[in-house]
Amino acid sequence: MHASDLAAIALTVKLAAVTTALLLLIGTPLAWWLARSRSRLKSVVGALVTLPLVLPPAVIGFYLLVLLGPDGPGGRLTQALGLGLLPFTFAGLVVASVIYSMPFVVQPLQQAFAAIGAQPLEAAATLRASPRDAFFSVALPLARPGFVTAAVLGFAHTVGEFGVVLMIGGNIPGKTQVLSMAIYNHVEAMEYASAHWLAGGMLCFSFAVLLALYSRGWSR
Amino acid sequence: MPLQAIEARFELAHPGFCLNVDLRLPGHGVTALFGPSGCGKTTLLRCIAGLNRAPGGRLVVNGDTWQDGARFLPVHQRPLGYVFQEAGLFAHLSVRRNLQYGQSRIALAERRVAFDRAIALLGIAHLLERQPAGLSGGERQRVAIARALLTSPRLLLMDEPLAALDVARKNEFMPYLERLHAELDIPVLYVTHAPDEVARLADHIVVMQEGRALASGPLLETLARLDLPIRLGEDAGVVLDARVAERDSAWHLARVEFAGGSLWVRDGGQPVGALVRVRILARDVSIALAPAIGTSIQNSLCATVGELADDSHPALSLVKLAVGASPLLARITRRSAAGLRLAPGQPVWAQIKAVALIG
Repeated sequence: MHASDLAAIALTVKLAAVTTALLLLIGTPLAWWLARSRSRLKSVVGALVTLPLVLPPAVIGFYLLVLLGPDGPGGRLTQALGLGLLPFTFAGLVVASVIYSMPFVVQPLQQAFAAIGAQPLEAAATLRASPRDAFFSVALPLARPGFVTAAVLGFAHTVGEFGVVLMIGGNIPGKTQVLSMAIYNHVEAMEYASAHWLAGGMLCFSFAVLLALYSRGWSR
Repeated sequence: MPLQAIEARFELAHPGFCLNVDLRLPGHGVTALFGPSGCGKTTLLRCIAGLNRAPGGRLVVNGDTWQDGARFLPVHQRPLGYVFQEAGLFAHLSVRRNLQYGQSRIALAERRVAFDRAIALLGIAHLLERQPAGLSGGERQRVAIARALLTSPRLLLMDEPLAALDVARKNEFMPYLERLHAELDIPVLYVTHAPDEVARLADHIVVMQEGRALASGPLLETLARLDLPIRLGEDAGVVLDARVAERDSAWHLARVEFAGGSLWVRDGGQPVGALVRVRILARDVSIALAPAIGTSIQNSLCATVGELADDSHPALSLVKLAVGASPLLARITRRSAAGLRLAPGQPVWAQIKAVALIG
């Protein structure tokens, strides 16, 4: 196996881990709000969060590139903050992945929170737990299966992305070249044996993840 | 205003439903909120708990204002216990951790109900290490009640705690509630649509219909009112406090004395001297002008006719009788009433076909 392949694998795992961690942090309050709010904004936010599910990755990548580029509002902001420009950096990949994998984390969490229902939280309130206390001591533990599903799906989906990271990351070996791009490069160069190693590994990984999820009861 | 009272005034209007009550309830004993499904009794209980917000409502519990004008104490700051229809135990915690959940959130100085006392009272010591999913419906409710008690509530709210149980489980469960009543000095608001639970447990009753309180008063007095039984239908009847005076082991009967007379009832195993309640339904009481001879009826009491009222069906009328100091209700046909020429003040014999000994 090439050294660049190993670097691509390491980068992919790092990207997926950082993305999943960030998504659980952002997604938990968002999913909680979506599951419990009666606000009219709810349907708008719900649709926005789900958008990456139906949009072609190239569309997301393109708009992110424009947004975060030197003339985009995001790019101006990051430059003003002294962060430089995000496209073609690891941080850029993280931002893109967080947006791209958002529905895969938020939806299982939202379903898990909705499945708890109001009663355990009302019971907690009558047992002197403040709303914040009840969230941590009742809602989070009861939603645990949802967190496992969300984390696994978020991680696996980030590992498998191609179009968005190609647009925003630019396929720079050792820097922004992730697994799926390494496979693409091998195929382009007719290095089918190397492509098989990586593609087969991805296939096994994805199957193992789904098998683990299904065997513990998908929506439990 | 005396301190030992619960003052509750709520107005809530939803499409198709409105709640409008202004109640003064005793600050001790068991108050039954009684009425058919959808009459607003659960909504009232949830307003008292603060689970539903009724703007402009007022709630004062034994001198402490929980809601008034702009003041609204959030649920978790109200010193109350709430037992839901379905127990609402936390599925991720063992029975012991469920019990400790509320208790651990109370300051040590405010813990007036000891852990061991609560589990003994509800008979759940053997369940402590189990998970809620493995418990029967009755066991879950007992755990839920103990969990509520362990927060040392100053008001215990129970929303049809027996609704999810079958009749046999219900009868097993009742003694625990009676013990609670006898041993702890916590006022209880008890929502139910089951007259037998009211008769057995309540000291005070609020009869609700379509979001309003039709009547609120001491149980024995209120049940004997003529205007309410019409609405209670088949369940119209009185409850009397009595004492076991004599037991006849040969016939398995017991004689109980109440203010105004005595009755033979099936022996329920209570010792002589025990305080019991008996319930006599209006449909089980008939009226005769002379003592009957050659009848299977065991209980025939000398009574005086009080008021007469029309019943729900035009063929029927309800007669209020006085047996000494105690009231009785009799449901007879209007033709019988006319044939007997019943009038207030008239002495008659009340023949009682069935008496239920409760508790």
